[in-house]
Amino acid sequence: MPKALEVRDLVTRFYTLDGVVNAVNGVSFDLHERETLAIVGESGSGKSVTMMSLLGLIPSPPGKVEQGEAFFYGASGRRDLLQMSPEELRDVRGGQIGFVFQDPISTLNPILTIGEQISETLTRHRGLTRDEARDQALELLAQVGIPDPKLRYKNYPFQFSGGMRQRVVIAIAISCTPRVVIADEPTTALDVTVQAQIVDLFRRLREMLGVAVIWITHDLGVVAGIADRVLVMYGGRPAEIALVDDLYEHPQHPYTHGLLGALPRLDARESRRLVSIKGTPPDLLLPMKHCPFAWRCEYAHDRCWEEIPALTPVGVRHQVACFYDLEAHAPRQSASEGGPSNGRE
Amino acid sequence: MSIALKEALVQRYFLSKVIQSIVLLFGVLLLVFVMVRITGDPAALMMPREASQEHVEAFREKMGFNDPVMVQFGRFISGAIVGDFGNSLHFKTPAMPLVLQRLPATVQLALAGLVMAVVVGVPLGLVGGFNPGSLVDSLGRFLALLGQSVPNFWLALILILYFAVRLRWFPSFGRDELKSVVLPAFVMGLPVMGQIVRLTRSAVLEIRGEDFIRTAHSKGLEPRTIYTKHVLRNVAIPLVSVIGVQFGYMLGGSIYIEIIFSWPGMGQLLEQAIGWRDFPLVQALAVFTSLVVLGLNLLTDMAYAVIDPRIRYG
Ligand SMILES: Nc1ncnc2c1ncn2[C@@H]1O[C@H](COP(=O)(O)OP(=O)(O)OP(=O)(O)O)[C@@H](O)[C@H]1O
Ligand SMILES: [Mg+2]
Repeated sequence: MPKALEVRDLVTRFYTLDGVVNAVNGVSFDLHERETLAIVGESGSGKSVTMMSLLGLIPSPPGKVEQGEAFFYGASGRRDLLQMSPEELRDVRGGQIGFVFQDPISTLNPILTIGEQISETLTRHRGLTRDEARDQALELLAQVGIPDPKLRYKNYPFQFSGGMRQRVVIAIAISCTPRVVIADEPTTALDVTVQAQIVDLFRRLREMLGVAVIWITHDLGVVAGIADRVLVMYGGRPAEIALVDDLYEHPQHPYTHGLLGALPRLDARESRRLVSIKGTPPDLLLPMKHCPFAWRCEYAHDRCWEEIPALTPVGVRHQVACFYDLEAHAPRQSASEGGPSNGRE
Repeated sequence: MSIALKEALVQRYFLSKVIQSIVLLFGVLLLVFVMVRITGDPAALMMPREASQEHVEAFREKMGFNDPVMVQFGRFISGAIVGDFGNSLHFKTPAMPLVLQRLPATVQLALAGLVMAVVVGVPLGLVGGFNPGSLVDSLGRFLALLGQSVPNFWLALILILYFAVRLRWFPSFGRDELKSVVLPAFVMGLPVMGQIVRLTRSAVLEIRGEDFIRTAHSKGLEPRTIYTKHVLRNVAIPLVSVIGVQFGYMLGGSIYIEIIFSWPGMGQLLEQAIGWRDFPLVQALAVFTSLVVLGLNLLTDMAYAVIDPRIRYG
């Protein structure tokens, strides 16, 4: 399937008073048209910063996108988002790439009507008049499942429940029929039944609009239901990327194992117990010279402390950044040549 | 905006604010009534120390201080409602018109101070908030610090010394020509300006960091739209309330400045009335000032509700 987005070796740092935060350290991934790519990883692993970097939303100072390419296959062909002028990027944002953020309480302006907040995107990108934008916005409200759109159009965010607000945010994100929607933990702040409704809504809209989705989440349960592929991030780097079933059945990175909570301990006494991931995330203030997961990894051997593993193909559309072959229970021969390289993407 | 105004008027919110103000005003009246009688003998309080016994007795009778307290209170309230606080002891004419005569001077001074504070303070705060660390920001923060830390009586004297006595640009006292207002208004406005700079700056910084501003950027809106529509309107909320409160203070609390500059306003009159033990006049001044401040607060609350729907529908 043709690509929608192609990110190569993205590096973003924050120059803070405490030092340089190495938030994103060489992230690469592809997003295909109509595909849903889930990005998982613990807090601070650089998921949000990666997405914000693509669209010039990193607060600067202190942040700086320092390296990489991000080709977007948009209205004007294959263009590197990181090379675009601010004006060009503004046309892409909201117009061709929509955003849904985590907390629907704080992502809407409290003193503007939700109708206005949807319409302004339409007038900005579609050049619609106020009346046209209003009609369109009413339609969008109905599409995202808000009852009584005419009445709700004039309401303010505080008059909506969390789930309803998130529907409004989704309406804004899809208002200009984008090619890609980036959803940054869109269900984390909602309670469970509402989460399920929002996931359903996304599935429906995705089919209807044929949009590619990047879905950032902590929740591997949601991932199984919505994603085609999964990118696992750790310490601002990709740890593993695979088709969703493949990842669940054959996780190749010890960290992914840990996340899935299915990793039996090596020592026999506790072998029945499932473990959660012990230890703390890497300190992003220190420049990384070895595998960022080595501290917490049971399989770390000498090489893991000497080099940073690169993403290596290990199966069909499956890549992992690890020197240890979990299935063979032995260090990989060579990370660069990889294991059974049955093919790249 | 006018729809918002209409809604604000209709909502419970406004009604409850009006009731609140009326209750407060009644409280002020009670306080003023009690304060004069708290020493036990209001006649002794109002008469000169060397007045003879018969004089005091006659005065007490004439003022009705011998009647039961509730009767006195009833008389006081029914008078107050129509603005009648009795005759000024000093001028021997009704007290309230004397107060009203002084109102324009006080309003002029407070308004001039406020306009200066807003016209200088808001832009400085905005520039500082949008470009923290810039030259203008440093200047604004310095002025804010200065305005909030320099004692106003000292500033007034320095200004008089320099701009009135040495340079002769402005008169040092009185209210004879338009430019008389400049020095006292500056003294009055400077601390308020300082507060406005700080508040505006921090509000801009805070709002700019809000998630919904990030959302606005993610929608591809033009920076200009984001600043005016999303940032400024949110910044206006705390700003409006502070400006309202400060204007109230300026109207009610200009006593020092009016005295130093011999500004013929209500503050100056109050100082004189206290000196003359002219209690009817003091009472009229106190009640009228409270009325003005309460009315202003009501206006502020209205403006607040027009900008912020959460309050309108709250
Ligand atoms: N404005 C900033 N200034 C300094 N550091 C920042 C800033 N924004 C993000 N970071 C740092 O970048 C790193 C990655 O943050 P990011 O928000 O991408 O994590 P995340 O994977 O999205 O986590 P979460 O699941 O909690 O949302 C973190 O260590 C964070 O502290
Ligand atoms: Mg995040």
